[in-house]
Amino acid sequence: MKAPDFDYLLPASLDAALAMLAEHGGEAMPLAGGQSLMPMMNFRVAAPEVLIDLANLSELRGISIEGDTIRIGAMTRYAELMADADVQKHIPIFGLALPHIAHDAIRNRGTIGGSIALADPAAEMPALLRALNAIVEAEGPDGTRMINADDFFLGMFETALDGELIKALHIPVATSEQRFGFHELTQRHGDYALAGVAVVQTSNTYRAAFFGVADRATRVPDLEQALEQQDDMASVLEHLGNIDFTDDLKANHTTRQRLAGVALKRALKGMTV
Amino acid sequence: MTGPAHIFDKPNRYIGKPEPRADAARLLQGRGSYVDDQKLPRMVHAAFVRSPHAHAKILSIDTEDARAAKGVIAVYSGEDLAAHVTPYVGTLTHLAGLRSMPQHPLAMEVARWQGEPVVMVVATSRALAEDACELVYVDFDELPAAVDSETALDLEAPVIHPELGNNLAWERDMVAGDIDAAFATPGVHVVEREFRFGRHTGVTLESRGTVCDYDPSENQLTVYYSGQAPHMMQVIFSKHLDLPEENIRVISNDVGGSFGIKIHTYGDEIATAAAAKLLKRPVKFIADRFESFVTDIHARDHIVKAKMGVTEAGTIVGIDFDDLTGIGPFSMYPRTSAIECNQVLNLTGAPYVMENYRAKGRVVFQNKTLMCQYRAVGHPIAMAIADGLLEDAARKIGMDPVALREINLMADDSYPRSSATGMKLDDLSHKRALRKLTELMDYDALRDERTEARKNGIYRGIGFVSMVEVTNPSPMFYGIGGAPIASQDGATVRLDAGGALHVSSSITEQGQGTNAILAQIAAGVFGVDLNRVKVTTGDTATTPYGGGTWASRGAGIGGEAMLQAAQALKDQVLEVAGVMLQTGVETLDIQGGAVTDLNGTIRLPLADLARTVYYRGNELPNDLNPELVATRHYRVTDFPFVFTNGAMAAHVEVDIETGFVKVLHFWAVEDCGRVINPLLVDEQIRGGVVQGIGGALYEECHYSPDGQFLNATMADYMVPMASEMPDITIAHIETPTKTSVLGAKGAGEAGTGGAPAAILNAVNDALSPMGASIWQMPMTPERILTALDQAD
Repeated sequence: MKAPDFDYLLPASLDAALAMLAEHGGEAMPLAGGQSLMPMMNFRVAAPEVLIDLANLSELRGISIEGDTIRIGAMTRYAELMADADVQKHIPIFGLALPHIAHDAIRNRGTIGGSIALADPAAEMPALLRALNAIVEAEGPDGTRMINADDFFLGMFETALDGELIKALHIPVATSEQRFGFHELTQRHGDYALAGVAVVQTSNTYRAAFFGVADRATRVPDLEQALEQQDDMASVLEHLGNIDFTDDLKANHTTRQRLAGVALKRALKGMTV
Repeated sequence: MTGPAHIFDKPNRYIGKPEPRADAARLLQGRGSYVDDQKLPRMVHAAFVRSPHAHAKILSIDTEDARAAKGVIAVYSGEDLAAHVTPYVGTLTHLAGLRSMPQHPLAMEVARWQGEPVVMVVATSRALAEDACELVYVDFDELPAAVDSETALDLEAPVIHPELGNNLAWERDMVAGDIDAAFATPGVHVVEREFRFGRHTGVTLESRGTVCDYDPSENQLTVYYSGQAPHMMQVIFSKHLDLPEENIRVISNDVGGSFGIKIHTYGDEIATAAAAKLLKRPVKFIADRFESFVTDIHARDHIVKAKMGVTEAGTIVGIDFDDLTGIGPFSMYPRTSAIECNQVLNLTGAPYVMENYRAKGRVVFQNKTLMCQYRAVGHPIAMAIADGLLEDAARKIGMDPVALREINLMADDSYPRSSATGMKLDDLSHKRALRKLTELMDYDALRDERTEARKNGIYRGIGFVSMVEVTNPSPMFYGIGGAPIASQDGATVRLDAGGALHVSSSITEQGQGTNAILAQIAAGVFGVDLNRVKVTTGDTATTPYGGGTWASRGAGIGGEAMLQAAQALKDQVLEVAGVMLQTGVETLDIQGGAVTDLNGTIRLPLADLARTVYYRGNELPNDLNPELVATRHYRVTDFPFVFTNGAMAAHVEVDIETGFVKVLHFWAVEDCGRVINPLLVDEQIRGGVVQGIGGALYEECHYSPDGQFLNATMADYMVPMASEMPDITIAHIETPTKTSVLGAKGAGEAGTGGAPAAILNAVNDALSPMGASIWQMPMTPERILTALDQAD
């Protein structure tokens, strides 16, 4: 299929982009790599009248260490993240997870901010940000908002953004007390996971964010607590029952729950040291 | 008769050599010319409004807004085109009792599958045509749909064609011996399983498409066609668009894969031709991926209840099965949708000596996309039934599956003979192939490794298949039943003035290297260097008349025609050379582009000979009429089909926590007779195996209970990808067919036909320690977990 006609805008600054977004309102969509939006437009599932391409916004680029966090511009592409020495050193879980995100061609175009803004429940990045306790820096007409990843993902393709653009992500720099685990189950490399989990252990506490299992990247507080209490694995996995698992063609909710448990066990087994 | 050995054995001969294909560089550099690359003056674009329902009455169609939309040239309903296109029915007389109903390019009154074209919009761009499609208002009255093949014959099932009374399209019973008595014999173990084979489809890299260009000044229709059978399409366009056959030219330039998808009559393509005729200008239609999923023919869709009886000593006493297959709402035109079921009935158990056989096939209509012939028609079903039951029986009587095959495979020296179903078999090598396979894979070591791994909770399995493949079909396949499908093919070889050969053939290139083997045969048999051969295929105006490339017939039939033509031209050229050199023809040969002595000494370069003939005929005797072009045609006469055989094995690991299957290695030993180019044959086998793995593990067209196709995207429909594919080791046995001098049988479908059974057997071997087994394809993680849960 071919997309219906649309206007294409290429703002040179974040302010200009926000002004365009305000002007066109619901008719406009920001373009941040296009790895999901372009197919949706060609399928005529999305039909924005105006596309605002964020490709030229220097404010949305760059990776820098700011104290105990690392700041990553929203328009950073996966390929850039994978090649960045600071990211590798300070966010070890990205080294585990990023190779699972789609394929080279998509990682060359797809951006971290684009993935977050889309909030696909099967995508890796939302779960990674929740596990890492990251903060989303959003810029809107009323200024900057810092939104905890835990408060950002509101449902399937639904976020806390309100006429704003994601400017950057702030991720805590890994400490010596932390260990990281990641596992996802896909039949083919690069597919959306049937179930996956990102685990960050800080001393004896855990943040475990599941993806591909429900309507959004999902943490289960009881399960994290059970891990902290070093409950036996069967008891830990029982808490997966708190998740409202998705049914689809590839796996029903029973299978998904089972696979989420396997992913968690394998992530814990493969934690960084 | 076996061909004279010298054709193949001389130095500098190309038949059997791993020559790189000449067109690879062109295709890799993006210089290919596919249908969508055709851009003609005044060309306009078609898009279709398709039925959103599996079954619905069309109450009214309002096209007013669409006609007024930007860029729109024309809007056609089914009724509009019915005045210009005669309907077609997918039945053939040799499939006795097969029923279908007339089909129109666009649905008339009732739409019978989700995706059926209903309204055609022609506009100045595809995007504008799609815009206008959104402005077409069709008032549908949704009808109950017959979706599930298992209930399609129930009395209360919605009847898709009321004129036919029920949804049965065709049925056939086949009986040999006395299966009940055989199974009741004391000491006979009977295994019984219900197999389910999901629907899948071809997913060609280049989707279906056509550019149709009509010139009213000559009443001439030129069709750019991404497909496999140009001459067949010429007849179809002629017959249904009321144009003389000779006024239709079908051109297939590069074709990006077909797998049997592009050999049928699709309403959107016929409508495109009709629109071109009505508008008197070129019209392009390129199916997008969504359209491909809901309109390209689907394959398989079988439910089979099957039994095999085996004695304690391991002799197969017989097979008994019932195959139910769903084909969508019509039998596809012109090849019909009964061939797949017919092949299952004909081929099941064909490698094995077997006295008793009973099979029932039923083909039913349903409100889904049409099902028809796709790569390895019926083969994966037939092989999975026989070899799945065979390995099940082996487990039951505690015998190694290879040993059980050794007992039952037809002996290599027992041909010619017939199978239990009456198939005429010759020149097969099942036992040699199986032995070569077990050596190639080091079966004994692999078995030990499997046993060792199980101790560590790693569940690996080894599975085999011994298989046959139907290739080189004779007129008994289609022509006998009235289909306008040639079973013979032609080749023309022309010596040009510069000493190069220009050859043409009626078989077609769709990415598999047809042109490369044609050049190898011509160069090798005639005696020029390979780079001095130019090949033309895929054009009804410039090639000899023939069937095209399908049913693994290109190399065997088209290749033999090329061999015969090259040999004929060689004889003609030597006759001229004999006169020019004042010597007997028997003392001359052609090698490396020159007429030579028998010992290879150059006597006369071909360019000199040709230039003399073409430019300076005055130097030749007046009674010599040099003919530097030769054409020959060839068809298979002694057999309905030329069977090939193969033995394959899969090594898999099943993750019993997740149900994931990893194929660790695959081996194939294939006997396709004379191998013309081992590189190409190996890639055919390899690609076929990958498609077979797709059917076994990944690919499935999912439908909702009301007939909605649920996974019509490349994200949701899983094709096999390179990362997951195992190394595939290939070896050959060459038992040339006696039906031709070339001796080549087909190789294109073996992998697809055999791999699913081998994977099924390997998975079941891996699951056997848990007492679990699975009989449904694709074997998805969820289905494997369910099988494990249900283990005894």
